[in-house]
Amino acid sequence: MANTKEVRKQISSIKNTQKITSAMEMVAASKIRKTQDVMLLGRPYSEKIKEVISHIANSSSEYSHPFFEDRKVKKACFIVVSTDKGLCGGLNINLFKNVIAKAAELKKDGVESCFALIGVKASGFFKAIGGEIVAKVEMLGDQPDPDNLIGLTKVVLDKHKNGEIDEAYLCANSFVNTMTQQPKVDQLIPLPVMENDDSAPTHWDYIYEPEAKELLNGLLTRYIESLIYQAVVENKACEQAAKMIAMKNATENAGELIKELELLYNNVRQAAITQELSEIVGGAAAV
Amino acid sequence: MKSIKVSIVSSSEEIYSGEATMVFATGTLGELGIAPGHTPLLTGLAPGPVRVQDGNDEKTFFCSGGFIEVQPDIVTFLSDTAERADSLDEAEAIKAKEQAEKDLSDKNDKIDYAKAAAQLAEAAARLKTIQKLRKNQ
Repeated sequence: MANTKEVRKQISSIKNTQKITSAMEMVAASKIRKTQDVMLLGRPYSEKIKEVISHIANSSSEYSHPFFEDRKVKKACFIVVSTDKGLCGGLNINLFKNVIAKAAELKKDGVESCFALIGVKASGFFKAIGGEIVAKVEMLGDQPDPDNLIGLTKVVLDKHKNGEIDEAYLCANSFVNTMTQQPKVDQLIPLPVMENDDSAPTHWDYIYEPEAKELLNGLLTRYIESLIYQAVVENKACEQAAKMIAMKNATENAGELIKELELLYNNVRQAAITQELSEIVGGAAAV
Repeated sequence: MKSIKVSIVSSSEEIYSGEATMVFATGTLGELGIAPGHTPLLTGLAPGPVRVQDGNDEKTFFCSGGFIEVQPDIVTFLSDTAERADSLDEAEAIKAKEQAEKDLSDKNDKIDYAKAAAQLAEAAARLKTIQKLRKNQ
């Protein structure tokens, strides 16, 4: 039977762990608010640029951009947004499962896949399964800078321009509420057709200065960048929420473990006392 | 007096949103003055000040390049958060690619660590189960 000292040591070590997990829970809870604020701050831009793009799509433009074209798909690129740190439950792995499922589905149609990764966890996972990684960005911090994503976006868009890939998907968790995060795989290129605004007149076009092609190229690049940025900040909010829940569970589990161990400790202590007593009684009887 | 809706946004925040009687900005092809009822226009925005006039009130904002969309009753400034040039974008792209390549050549890094951590977790879980079984005997 275990001795009391050993059990006591175990209890105190679990108590320490519990302190850490409950501190992490509180940190995550306070960070959720901040990350949600960042998420909301970026919304106006993505809404505005979406508006502008839908105006362009509705106008009878003189130039049609490759991002809107459907072409025969030979290879697809997945942009996977993950966290840099662990301890956030099944957040990443659920997303990766969805990505793998989608890639397997494409594979059946003879479509190859490659990956552009954001976050340490994604690069660990996709390297382990031997995926082709074309670009990677890590350690974006709690308030990701949109500028850090420019490079990754450019790699993907260049590949599309050169015909190396024909489709791109954006994979990230979407923030439903603190308890629920939904892994999503959305098509990025070709851009899904936007709903037509019926009230707008149909036969008009912008004056483009300087040229339609150049402007549209720039705008669509910005649009895709903004979509990716939004996904990254939303994933950040998901990370903090998932972390809070995971740490809450860990704290509760630690509490249960401590209860069990305390019971064991009392048992052991009582057994020792009983033994000692019976020894004394036995000794007294022998005299 | 007729007015036009102005919004200035960058990807990380909304800079300004409101009504104006006149807006001045520097487009990539030169100075622009935008009054209500302007014809639809799409143009680049050069780094520089954007002045928003509402009656006698005037506000000035700084934008570091981007795009301007003008509709008869709306003008939208999509501002970049950083200076953008093809060469700079190229450098960023190369950086992202290199990161990916470095990862492939690097054998003993975090991935092995992740594997070890997973194995440790499994071993710990096993130990715990064994302990539980023993206790119930």
